[in-house]
Amino acid sequence: MKTIVGLETFYVLIGVILAVVAGRITVDRHHPKRWGSALFWGLLAGLFIFGKVLPPLVSGYLVLALVILAATGQVVRSKETTAPPEVRREHALRLGNMIFFPVILIPLTAVIGTFFLGKIQWGDVRLVEPKQVTLISVGLGALLALAAGLRVTRAAPKVVGVEGSRLLQAIGWALILPQLLAALGGIFAQAGVGTVVADLVATALPTRFPLVAVISYCLGMALFTAIMGNAFAAFPVITLGLGLPLVVQLHHGNPAIMAALGMLSGYCGTLLTPMAANFNLVPALLLELPDKHAVIKAQVPIALVVLAANIVLMYACVYRF
Amino acid sequence: MIKLIGILVVAAGFALRFNTLLVVFAAGIATGLAAGMSGNEVIALFGKYFVENRYMTLPVVLMVPVIGLLERYGLQERAETMIRSVQAATAGRLILIYTAIRQLSISIGVNIGGHAAAVRPLIAPMAEGAANARYGKLPDTTLQAIRAHAAAGENVGNFFGEDIFIAVGAILLMKGFFETLKLDVSAWAMALWGIPTALVAFAAMAWRAHALDRRIARDARTMKAGKGDGA
Repeated sequence: MKTIVGLETFYVLIGVILAVVAGRITVDRHHPKRWGSALFWGLLAGLFIFGKVLPPLVSGYLVLALVILAATGQVVRSKETTAPPEVRREHALRLGNMIFFPVILIPLTAVIGTFFLGKIQWGDVRLVEPKQVTLISVGLGALLALAAGLRVTRAAPKVVGVEGSRLLQAIGWALILPQLLAALGGIFAQAGVGTVVADLVATALPTRFPLVAVISYCLGMALFTAIMGNAFAAFPVITLGLGLPLVVQLHHGNPAIMAALGMLSGYCGTLLTPMAANFNLVPALLLELPDKHAVIKAQVPIALVVLAANIVLMYACVYRF
Repeated sequence: MIKLIGILVVAAGFALRFNTLLVVFAAGIATGLAAGMSGNEVIALFGKYFVENRYMTLPVVLMVPVIGLLERYGLQERAETMIRSVQAATAGRLILIYTAIRQLSISIGVNIGGHAAAVRPLIAPMAEGAANARYGKLPDTTLQAIRAHAAAGENVGNFFGEDIFIAVGAILLMKGFFETLKLDVSAWAMALWGIPTALVAFAAMAWRAHALDRRIARDARTMKAGKGDGA
């Protein structure tokens, strides 16, 4: 079956946006690190546009180049600023609630798209790949919002490049941190790090007690998720290493309860770790917080309460139902 | 044991405040070498996974141009103005309502919101606006705490709602995991057992939102008393 719009289409579009950032830096004479920064965004644009066809080793070395540029302080933001507050307030008065219209289009498109886009097909050709429909709907929402935004504000299209470039430069090299951490997670998995962690926990604790089995599985999920930055990566490893052998096989627990609460314990780990950069660090930069761990700090009490609740719930239910 | 070297590299690198990208890359190289891969093999793995995970960066990059445009034309200012007219609004309550909407909608499979699409352009400025309307000017540190909690509300709503919907992400992954082991575990059962935790998570968020409102009131009093640093 053929698909008309896939994620690859959007990756090319992202590549174009990143290339615009690189281009704007190249012509920005006042940029503190003009050439290093332009090279960073340019290489990243290349990875997005040609990622699918590049050999992994070439992509790998390009990623290494990005890392070196960032580590040597070449990637910094431009000195450009947005419109002053008075001007923004004037616009706000003039446009009134119309300014919200484009923003509302984003979730609206996401909802409608998620329900209908995956179902559209003509014989052997379908519009989008059903598995990617959520992300594609988000992307479409952004494009529709952009079109509506240009109409509502009557801004010149150039303003989009200026403002988008400024915000992306504010996020800076942290933009690629989620992808790099996902790669590290993949390498950890290939190297078998998880089994070592699971074995260590299993031998170090008296898991013959049902409560200890529950605690070690829940804490193992939270801890290994914090290391990997991703509960989905931790789940198979820790469930195979601790959950199934201890909670289910040794103590005859209910696997559905174990899995559900185990995964949710993993999410508590996600709330606590800088390794989950797309949830914790990138938002801190996006919100222009000087402390890039501020979001994690706000989440610590919540994560600990929910983790404790998961352990209590699992111990109360997993051996009973 | 030697395979855990990557974790050590990450911990040491973060503690010594080296560039995060460099730390992550070094941790990958160390782990790969310890597991018997060649340098080029590890770098190729970095390339492969980096490209495979491009989807993670998709929402932010696509959202930022339109958000930037609208912000230049007063989006945040308008959001602040609008919330000022709502008497009952406080920063904490607003964030909590957002968490509830996020949690409920994603639990039926509707993924609205996000840090770039909702928190930065709407939720954070509205929460700040609500606090400013009540107490006048507030110290920057207080406003930063409000923004951090808005991001936390997004994460809590997202994580602890998604696990209830059976047709996406977590539940499918768990179902698939059990299937490869030839175990028949019901997806419905796993989704239902996510509900108690979802309620606990919401209660925990309500507690933090309330604590945030109290902190804002306290900071405002300190600032009025002239002891505020205003920084």
